[in-house]
Amino acid sequence: MAEVLDAAKLNKKFGAVTAASNIDVNIERDSIVGLIGGNGAGKTTFINMVTGYVKPDTGTIRYGGRDITQLAPRNITQLGICRSFQIPQLFESLTVHENLLVALGIVVLEAKRFTSAAALRSENVEAVADETLSRFGLSEYRNKPVRVLPEGVRKLLDIAMALVVKPKVLLLDEPTSGVSADQKFLIMDMMMAALRADNVTILFVEHDMEIVSRYTQRILAFYEGRIIADGVPQTVLNDADVRKFVIGKTHAPATRGVMHAAN
Amino acid sequence: MIALDRTLMLHGLALAVVVIGGALLPDWIQGLVILAFGKGLVVLGLLLLMRTGLVSFGQGLFYCLGAYAAVSVARIFTLPDSLLISDAILMPLFGGIVAGIIALILGFLLANYRAIFFAMLSLAFSMILYGLLIKMSVLGSSDGFNVAYTTVAGVAIAQSAKLYVLYAVSSAMVFIAMVGLHRYLRSHMGRLAPAIRDNELRVEYMGSSVRYVIHVNFIIAAVLAGVGGGLVALSSGHVDPDLAYWTTSGEFVFVAVLGGTANVAAPIMASLLFEWIKSAAYQYAPYTWQMVLGIALLLVIMFLPQGLWSVFNRQAKEA
Repeated sequence: MAEVLDAAKLNKKFGAVTAASNIDVNIERDSIVGLIGGNGAGKTTFINMVTGYVKPDTGTIRYGGRDITQLAPRNITQLGICRSFQIPQLFESLTVHENLLVALGIVVLEAKRFTSAAALRSENVEAVADETLSRFGLSEYRNKPVRVLPEGVRKLLDIAMALVVKPKVLLLDEPTSGVSADQKFLIMDMMMAALRADNVTILFVEHDMEIVSRYTQRILAFYEGRIIADGVPQTVLNDADVRKFVIGKTHAPATRGVMHAAN
Repeated sequence: MIALDRTLMLHGLALAVVVIGGALLPDWIQGLVILAFGKGLVVLGLLLLMRTGLVSFGQGLFYCLGAYAAVSVARIFTLPDSLLISDAILMPLFGGIVAGIIALILGFLLANYRAIFFAMLSLAFSMILYGLLIKMSVLGSSDGFNVAYTTVAGVAIAQSAKLYVLYAVSSAMVFIAMVGLHRYLRSHMGRLAPAIRDNELRVEYMGSSVRYVIHVNFIIAAVLAGVGGGLVALSSGHVDPDLAYWTTSGEFVFVAVLGGTANVAAPIMASLLFEWIKSAAYQYAPYTWQMVLGIALLLVIMFLPQGLWSVFNRQAKEA
């Protein structure tokens, strides 16, 4: 079985709050997985643990068979796991182009440590930056400082930066939050097209059930630090517990979303 | 990639003008320029730290180390005269190396700190050096000692030509430092400085070590301060523990704010202006010269919050 990520018996408490309780998950290579759940359900904590920002109290995380539980975020990135952020984490005083140059420059500087296929020659950095900009439709913002950009553009740049290290696993924390409703699908389509070309395993947190059911093959539903449902979108979104704790009984878009997926 | 960009060409032109034109300047101005260049190197190092998001209130530590280095080694180990470093190029470089080594050691601790904690800790270390020097009779305690050079690159220099030779040496060193730092800031490593200032978390998440970059930049700043200290020691012919005193470090921060961090030429220009204002104020207002400096900084902060260099940027935008 081609599993790329294996989290076993993860537990994490922040004081009296249980952020992760006995989480057991295997993620298969090249799959697209949605993470759903209400606020404080443990989705972001899960991402933070996989990327090394938060260490679990107990349990192990393996990536391609290797134990990465105690590694620092930068070492995990070097191994091929990268993430984007719910609130875009950018270099605010720099332009869009410079943000990418910083990211690509790190790939050049740390070339020996990057085990993913991120090999990049110093003289190609400018060209790759421009190519990345056009792939994400960001060319028109090239020389704008990122602090003046609309949220949707900032989100795309955040994801584009996570991708320059050519990760094998990409974790996206709410890629469409803060983006206007009519732009959500546009952004998701653009993103997925860019990502599929690179054979990336994707895990993303999302509150919009329509998006989750359209773009994922598998959903993990979180509630109070536990995974209460795990399976194909149709099954998970119709699960009684998920409807009760995550979606809410009268949440109309869920049904629509499932029908979408069924089509 | 040796692209002669605009900044680089301007600097080259400036060096030629400064070195050739300098011969025509009266001695006191030459002396002032050497002093300003020496201190400007320290401020150049501060520019790098400030771009990384850090302000050091203790650059006097490395400035003083650089000034003391060459002669101190000879004094402490009572070396024979033939082994003394007394070359106008080697002495500042040796000062830079000593400062760099100390920064390498202190950096392991300081690279963990940010903001006011970094500033205060760096200040503390400079005051420790001050305290040590005050107590070291072998280095002249609070009186310090005299410093002189006899050669430049191995060639003996006549007494009458010494000032101009030192002027040319310091001009060349400032030029090399400016070009070098300019290049560095445009390298992959140098670009991480503003990235760290803006968002450390993201730099780590992109796969780079923030601590490492800060450590390296700290060492570069210290080497520049050490070389600058060496030049100032040769120019004044005397060193004393006040070089490490906190007011000296404060003056460097003052000049850094005066110039701004927009361009590597800004610290050097600000340093020249500062030394000129200082000497003029000292001459015409001997009892209130600090107030003159204070008002000058106040005006800059109020009208040019990005420093003196922003005057040029505004012109460029309007053109």
